[in-house]
Order: sequence, then C-alpha cells, then structure tokens
Amino acid sequence: MELLERFAAGDLEAFEVLFRQHQKEVYAWIVRIVRDTGIAEDLTVETFWRIYKHRDRFKPEGNFRAWARRIATNAALDHLRHTRQEVTLPENLPCAASPDGAARRETRDSIHRAFHELPAKYRLVASLALVEEESYADIAQAAGISESLVKVRVFRAVRMLRKKLNLLRPEVATK
Amino acid sequence: MSEEEINKMKELLEQAVVPAQDIELRRDLWPQMLRKLDEQPLPVNGVPWFDWALAAILGAVVIFFPGSIPALLYHL
Repeated sequence: MELLERFAAGDLEAFEVLFRQHQKEVYAWIVRIVRDTGIAEDLTVETFWRIYKHRDRFKPEGNFRAWARRIATNAALDHLRHTRQEVTLPENLPCAASPDGAARRETRDSIHRAFHELPAKYRLVASLALVEEESYADIAQAAGISESLVKVRVFRAVRMLRKKLNLLRPEVATK
Repeated sequence: MSEEEINKMKELLEQAVVPAQDIELRRDLWPQMLRKLDEQPLPVNGVPWFDWALAAILGAVVIFFPGSIPALLYHL
C-alpha cells in the first residue's frame, strides 16, 4: 500500500514519515505568517495534529503538500485571531538595518505597530504578499480563497496600514 | 489603488518587518508531536457531544411525555 493510503488508513508509521518529510516546509510557511519561531514550532505540531485527526478526509490521490499548507494557514490564522491585540517587537527574528536615530526607530515602531494591529485575515495576506512576496495564486490556494479575493484583501490591508500610519505618525504615511 | 501604492507600502514595511524566508527549523518536532498525540488522544468515535445531548433530551421527552410519541413519529 502506498504511503498516503497507509496514512489515510491511520498508520502512525506512515504519518511519521510524512511528518518528517513535510515538517520543515510547514514550519517555514507558518513562520512567514506568525513571525515568531517558537510559536511557529507549536503551530507546526498543531497543524500535524489536525492533519492526523482529519486523515479520513484526505484522498490518497490528492496533494498532501497543498493540503498540509492549507491546514497550516488555518492554524496560523486562528493564532493571529487570538493574539491580535498583542503588539510586541519580535526578539527572535533578525532585525532590519539598525536605524540611525530615535526618529527612525519611532518610524519603525509605528509601522510595526500598524502591521500587528491589522485584523487577522488582512495581516495574513499582508505578511505573505507584501513582506514575503508570495504570489497571489499561492496565497489563494493556501488560504482557500480566490485569487481576486486575495488582491482585494491586499488592497484593503494597504489602505488600513496607510490610515493607521496617518494616525500614528502622519509623516510616515506621506513618504 | 495602484501597484505603485502597494510597492510603496512594501518599501515602508521593509523598514520594520523583515522577511522570514531564510529561517529554518533547527530541531525535529516529532517527539513534541508524539507528546501531543499522547496528551490529546483522538476521539474514539466521531459523534459530537451535542448529538449525545439531543439524544438524551429526546429520550427524556419519550419517557416523561409518552403522549408526544405519535407527534414525534409524525415528524420523522
């Protein structure tokens, strides 16, 4: 029996093989959305737990990678929905080029705050489309929405960011 | 809104939000996965709790109000 068929039938060894094959990719995708390596590790495990839990819904002839990425996106989105109000600068991701002075640091903090205050579904597309420069098609497939809806959400996210930056620091938004 | 405005926002975001494309997983998460599977075993059957609750309510109605049985049968 093929690996995916054994997994769909509930074989834990087949699941372990799939886990080891895909954990790095799932983790890398989640870290692009949540931007925190520790949380991304937990969400990777959560993603595979959901995968194993719903294995009976997986069709062995289907694309496991795409299915895993979609579940990972949903897990990351759930996390963003529950942590929307927390606005802290990430400590475990590499920092941007260090700013020259207090003004630049303030600008950076304003942008960072505005980004993290976006509603979850807009932060998801903003992170993937604007920061990571993933294609709209890939984002659409991962989020289970149409490509045109991804475009709409990117436009709205940009508009929200501009509005927030106008309120926080007007000179940043007019740059 | 134009692509130009989107590109301007990308440039602004670059100052504060760094792409995470080069970040790699540094450890195997399988032991953590096994712990989670042990801590949160999957349900033995797939019947959600509210189905059991509905069944209990229906059972109680049949026992305490037997006169409602014809009405229930009519609606089946």
